[in-house]
Amino acid sequence: MATLNSNVPSGPIAQKWEQYKFNTKLINPANKRKYKIIVVGAGLAGSSAAATLAELGYEVHNFVFHDSPRRAHSVAAQGGINAAKNYQNDGDSVRRLFYDTIKGGDFRAREANVHRLAEVSVNIIDQCVAQGVPFAREYGGLLDNRSFGGAQVSRTFYARGQTGQQLLLGAYSALAKMIGAGAVKSYTHAEMLDLVVVDGHAKGIIVRNLQTGEITRHNADAVVLATGGYGNVYNLSTYARGSNATAIWRAYKRGACFGNPCYTQIHPTCIPVSGDYQSKLTLMSESLRNDGRVWVPKKKEDCKKRPQDIPEEDRDYYLERMYSAFGNLAPRDIASRAAKMVCDEGRGIGETGLGVYLDFADAIQRLGESKVRERYGNLFAMYHEITNEDAYRTPMRIYPAVHYTMGGLWVDYNLMSNLPGLFVLGEANFSDHGANRLGASALMQGLSDGYFVLPATISGYLASQNPGKRPKTDHESFKEAEENVQNITKKLLNNKGKRTPASFHKQLGKIMWEYCGMARNKAGLEKGIKEIAALREEYWKNVNVLGGAGEWNQQLENAGRIADFLELGELMCRDALHREESCGGHFREEYQYTKDDPEVQQGLVNPGDVKRRDDAFAYVAAWEYAGSVDKAPILNKEPLVYEEVHMSTRSYK
Amino acid sequence: MKVKLKVWRQKDRNSPGEFKTYESPALNENMSFLEMLDVVNEELANKGEEPIAFDHDCREGICGTCSCVINGKPHGPHRGVATCQTYMRSFKDGDTIVVEPFRAKAFPIIKDLVVDRKALDRIQFAGGFISVRTGSAPDANSIPVPKENADLAMDAAQCIQCGACVAACKNASAMLFVAAKVSHLGLLPQGQPERYKRVKAMVAQMDAEGFGACTVTGSCEAVCPKEISLDFIARMNRDYAVALLKGDPKPISGGGAG
Ligand SMILES: Cc1cc2nc3c(=O)[nH]c(=O)nc-3n(C[C@H](O)[C@H](O)[C@H](O)COP(=O)(O)OP(=O)(O)OC[C@H]3O[C@@H](n4cnc5c(N)ncnc54)[C@H](O)[C@@H]3O)c2cc1C
Ligand code: FES
Repeated sequence: MATLNSNVPSGPIAQKWEQYKFNTKLINPANKRKYKIIVVGAGLAGSSAAATLAELGYEVHNFVFHDSPRRAHSVAAQGGINAAKNYQNDGDSVRRLFYDTIKGGDFRAREANVHRLAEVSVNIIDQCVAQGVPFAREYGGLLDNRSFGGAQVSRTFYARGQTGQQLLLGAYSALAKMIGAGAVKSYTHAEMLDLVVVDGHAKGIIVRNLQTGEITRHNADAVVLATGGYGNVYNLSTYARGSNATAIWRAYKRGACFGNPCYTQIHPTCIPVSGDYQSKLTLMSESLRNDGRVWVPKKKEDCKKRPQDIPEEDRDYYLERMYSAFGNLAPRDIASRAAKMVCDEGRGIGETGLGVYLDFADAIQRLGESKVRERYGNLFAMYHEITNEDAYRTPMRIYPAVHYTMGGLWVDYNLMSNLPGLFVLGEANFSDHGANRLGASALMQGLSDGYFVLPATISGYLASQNPGKRPKTDHESFKEAEENVQNITKKLLNNKGKRTPASFHKQLGKIMWEYCGMARNKAGLEKGIKEIAALREEYWKNVNVLGGAGEWNQQLENAGRIADFLELGELMCRDALHREESCGGHFREEYQYTKDDPEVQQGLVNPGDVKRRDDAFAYVAAWEYAGSVDKAPILNKEPLVYEEVHMSTRSYK
Repeated sequence: MKVKLKVWRQKDRNSPGEFKTYESPALNENMSFLEMLDVVNEELANKGEEPIAFDHDCREGICGTCSCVINGKPHGPHRGVATCQTYMRSFKDGDTIVVEPFRAKAFPIIKDLVVDRKALDRIQFAGGFISVRTGSAPDANSIPVPKENADLAMDAAQCIQCGACVAACKNASAMLFVAAKVSHLGLLPQGQPERYKRVKAMVAQMDAEGFGACTVTGSCEAVCPKEISLDFIARMNRDYAVALLKGDPKPISGGGAG
């Protein structure tokens, strides 16, 4: 069994972080440059961490599989970033952001981490503005805000529909300065394929140069993974095609525990699937729900009619009806499940019947088309390119799609995994969002981890390591890890089967969506586990990878990543199977409110809402690799203790 | 629908390349151009032929990775979109579509349609930033920025660093890219202290990377997926001229009485 200690400092919650920073061991400036830190990833989390660590004086080496740090998937975030600035004077505060995030996560996140995130959120906005991030402004020149789901205040900062790119360009520019100054060594087209563990501590990585195929060893005093989420296990998702789980999965296989793998976020507003050829699903930002109204026809027979032919009284604005306090801004898990519910009732729209309307007619009437264009112009344009439909004239068609993974490698308050020396940031860790992430909170977490948290916490670990004493790359562990990587490559190339890697990915995606998607149940999950195991077996018998190892070979890259998805998918199903409750994005059909429950009768929740079982499942499930994929993984539990917020039924009515 | 593809195939940086022709399988006009390439590639792979290497990632026009010249135009027939946002409904059944990489001296070909655009990053490393150490920033609302300036900076900041401007230019100039970067930061109050130093450093690196000179043909603006305006080049030229006039700042000796 792994030892899990959350290392949350004692004291009142609002003072923990300050006190922690005061108590933590510092490293004197002369010694800092003797420590070498590897940062894998340059999304918001990785680039902010790499730049800040270099500013502090550490020797930083940064690795990305992309051709440039600026292309990390963070670039695609549209809607915005939260911060408890209370610039709108609408009652926001650190306390409220903390509370909203805990409640939004359905009481499955660690309180102390979330409070720290809310505290640090205000510094993030200051930092970004100073870097030149062109956030939207009001006519008076001050910063503008909008609202996002799960909150009744306006605390979201945004930059047209491309907040992610602008924040990433800010972090990238900080990184660029450090690279230019020689303080960060940047490796691009460089994919980490294994973690090197020496005497139980993470001390290096093995990397493949994607242009030449060369495999190299890199040592360090500490390794930081900021490699993003693993939603592409579903094949179809809103992620970039290249996003993958390989870095964290291989770290898992070296002993890092995987926290809550089954917690995935299905985003309610995406463009519906149109055909089997489809390679990705496109998100329509949650910000649209500020002004768009979601509806389906009341009557099944109206579903094939043109929306403009359906009179007002025959429309069901179901979110407004079911969740009157939050209406169209109900949190994502709830909005997605409601969409599935009305479609399952046969009231879905569009060719496939898997779609609902997001209607701007009222907003256009209220604000004028030009205001709507100013707010969402690029999203409407994107929608038009993909569907050839004009959302100013006819409502958008949307449906939920896989979007984010709340699960990830387990970390303590220091963001350190149970493997000492391994730190995990951003979407790659499990830490702050519990069982459901609120909109505009991932960007906040990535930058909080990278700019402010890790730079303060890593010194505690480094202080325990003798400077200049990191293992050399001729150590046996490096040799063994490199051989492991070479063997995987050889196995894939020499297999010479009959099926392309992509065809397996598609098949895996269908299994995952079917059995481990928006609604899960025992029988389905058991079936999913069996089917994935069988598919994995077939993969290693029948996959065909063309080309060689010593060249640019996209099929080979993908084949390695898909091999990992085929293992991770099973772990996700196992986690979902063992968690016999519903919470946030994890909906077990067996555990939902019915009309007989007192909470429904009191008007707190609707029938069909998720039903938690705090008595049995108020813990983080941290899975530990048992040494072979065929052995059942070991379940470790970190109990969740709520001292500040009372664990209650999550109500948005 | 079906199309015929004439695609540039090149094994690696140093091998010569050539066009090869492929017949697509049956396609759906709602497919994206890249999904069409996926389908063609799956068919090639199933026949044991190496798939066509092409660059892509977000597939929604924001990461700047995709980079095909389609029928002679970087990012294809439509204005204001990237390759990944081009849909098959823009072509007709039976069309022949010519697909090439972004060509420029500063963008060596890695394989087939994939080119190495790290030269653009190196321009950024030379000066594409505002120096602000983490933790040293004042409150975000302490410096109001007139909305017009903020909006104009945002117009420039939309650049996705794809390099289509370079590929479209007969001189393979990177002026629109550099101008967008310089203008984004130079339009904001935070960017003023380093404004002239920045433009000089970035232009010097641009020249060192082997990008050509700008003769203001406007072909860059026409293919830019974010429709970055040529006006930014004029703005950069002004800043550059001022920077040259100002010359290098004189070093001031450090130290002090302490
Ligand atoms: C379409 C979309 C819109 C979104 N909109 C919002 C929003 O409005 N607000 C919000 O808060 N959140 C949003 N999110 C979520 C948010 O964007 C992400 O959670 C967040 O950006 C992840 O950042 P990251 O730094 O953890 O990882 P990423 O940005 O995914 O970066 C991962 C990095 O790791 C590198 N990497 C990965 N594996 C390896 C490896 N094996 N070897 C080497 N390098 C590797 C990559 O090259 C990359 O640099 C959105 C997500 C999507 C999909
Ligand atoms: S793939 Fe990202 S811009 Fe085209």
